[in-house]
Amino acid sequence: MSILVSPETKILIQGITGDFGGRHARLSLDYGTKVVAGVTPGKGGQVFEHAGHKVPIFNSVADAKHATGASVSAIFVPPPFAADAILECADAGLALAVAITEGIPIKDMVRVKRILQGHSTRLVGPNCPGIVTPGTGENSHGGCRIGIAPGYIHKKGHAGVVSRSGTLTYEAVYQLTVRGIGQSTCVGIGGDPVNGTSHLDVIRMFDEDPDTEGIIMIGEIGGNAEVEAARWIAAHCRKPVAGFIAGATAPAGRRMGHAGAIVGGEEDTAAAKIAIFKECGIEVAVTPSDMADALVRAAKANGVKLS
Amino acid sequence: MNIHEYQAKALFEQFGVPVPKGSPATTAEEFINALAVLPEGPTMVKSQIHAGGRGKGVFTDGFKGGVKYCNSKAEAREAAAKMLHNTLVTKQTGPAGRKVQTIYFTAANKIKKEYYLAILLDRESSRPVIIASTEGGVEIEKVAHDTPDKIFKVFIDPAYGLADFQVRELVFKLGFNAAEGKNAAKLIRNLYRLFWETDASMVEVNPLVTTPDVEVLALDAKVSFDDNALYRHPEILALRDLNEEDPKEIEASKHSLNYIALDGNIACLVNGAGLAMSTMDIIKHFGGNPANFLDVGGGASKAQVAAAFKIILGDPKVKGILVNIFGGIMDCDVIANGIIEAVREVGLRLPLVVRLEGNNVLAGKATLAKSGLPIVSGDSMADAAQKIVKLVAA
Repeated sequence: MSILVSPETKILIQGITGDFGGRHARLSLDYGTKVVAGVTPGKGGQVFEHAGHKVPIFNSVADAKHATGASVSAIFVPPPFAADAILECADAGLALAVAITEGIPIKDMVRVKRILQGHSTRLVGPNCPGIVTPGTGENSHGGCRIGIAPGYIHKKGHAGVVSRSGTLTYEAVYQLTVRGIGQSTCVGIGGDPVNGTSHLDVIRMFDEDPDTEGIIMIGEIGGNAEVEAARWIAAHCRKPVAGFIAGATAPAGRRMGHAGAIVGGEEDTAAAKIAIFKECGIEVAVTPSDMADALVRAAKANGVKLS
Repeated sequence: MNIHEYQAKALFEQFGVPVPKGSPATTAEEFINALAVLPEGPTMVKSQIHAGGRGKGVFTDGFKGGVKYCNSKAEAREAAAKMLHNTLVTKQTGPAGRKVQTIYFTAANKIKKEYYLAILLDRESSRPVIIASTEGGVEIEKVAHDTPDKIFKVFIDPAYGLADFQVRELVFKLGFNAAEGKNAAKLIRNLYRLFWETDASMVEVNPLVTTPDVEVLALDAKVSFDDNALYRHPEILALRDLNEEDPKEIEASKHSLNYIALDGNIACLVNGAGLAMSTMDIIKHFGGNPANFLDVGGGASKAQVAAAFKIILGDPKVKGILVNIFGGIMDCDVIANGIIEAVREVGLRLPLVVRLEGNNVLAGKATLAKSGLPIVSGDSMADAAQKIVKLVAA
């Protein structure tokens, strides 16, 4: 088991004929992910070929879904067209849309999020590295890789990772893997202030997932999504959780790369969030080098043996 | 992106949000013409910089107040002459202050009462929120802390927009009389239209005032825009004032680098925003002080790394450099070659610690070791941070 996606999940890629989408489509195919369709309006009927794989391209998400049974989309289209691409997934009734695109106007996301309220489609992202459910092969080959994360650093196992940041997620995953701790699923929810899936949404899924035994939650300055998740963890979560918050040294009022990483008030500083993590029984990683070890400590304290 | 008050007020007028009559000037010669369009009598002189706290600010030559009430136009001209090209230090500018390049003159209206009005994005609900208060002209954070019952919030459903009943609710809660209320309702509706149509990330009016003539006016105006949406607003992008930005940050943005200058002496060069932030944190954790935030992006090309090195070395405060790259997809060996090339090109004389991890890392480390350059290799983020802190302290 895993959350959101499994190695059997069939995915389509919106923007597969672009440089960015194409490069990561090839890497996902190499990883053994079931990339069954591409969508580029106007290029329907063409085929995306890579290392013996022949991925048919469709004009619309609905066509791709009907022809191939894809249930999840990875969105790589440029920012001005990304909101529309997400809405198209919702209209086609996909289970999940993962928006990798960075730089979507916030207003577009405000509208998209409102419209998604009437649909069953879940959005992860935007401005996120995507989702990886590792496979059982060498270097976790055979898993489901949606997005831009390096697949080979993963290892099949039972730690769940949720994060707003890409490279910081890889850092955590890598630390886990070199310690022999595998992952159930790793989810990048993205660095934008308006996103489809929150820390809390993912934590609840990990809590329900029988395959996940411990959780690393990585957050940063700005907003109160981490605090919301921490409060829920204190009240309900049955699994050990380790946490890290980036941005302790960030000056107030400046956006630190991510559109959402900005200290607006006293409550969204790193210090305030770390204090609440501790209050909620989350084992805080002292430095980013300490994320995997923090999970090991949390598991030990809870009598859980991470395998 | 931020804009100046005088630019924000021009935008307000365009959207039907009343402001006091005003006019900007960038040279002393322009003062006369700028003042000529204003009525005789009390005049405000306002330094135009992208920082708050101007009224209580002090110029580096000792002149007090970046915003002045003057009894006459002649007095206003004198005050403006003292402010123009002078450097204003406020609690938001930092000790270096900002050079005043534009003066904004406005008519000093008679004020009956001051209010607070702002529109911004509420992250929790993912909706725009209007925040209003009967306590204007003071710091809103203080009002929120001391008298939260005097702050009113209206959340706007993006599927419908600002509804009339919501505008009425605000007008009643703020206690306007009937004549003022009509003007206030129109102002609120127009201000929301400005916020929505220009992709603003924040519009703040502090204070919003009523006058004895039942006018409702935006006495101050602060507007910032969503950088992601500037591509569809060329008219707003044209308002960008590069004088207000750090030259190093401007240079960085030309190379798609995300750079923010800080006060410390250990520069860092990192791929990814989250990793870049936590690299700063770990430097601090081990007793050092980061000189900057620098995200070269998830990919990090050779050319970008070279440009990043040049920007970092342009900061005279920098005494050491920490490079932290997690080469997920990128080959660490390619990154290592990029670093060596950049270092050779800029002729580095400062301690440099490089921490590489990820794809083909062994080859990358070997390349750095073989280069003959005095590059110290770090194994983990903690190891690398400790090494650079020690080298800089030595």
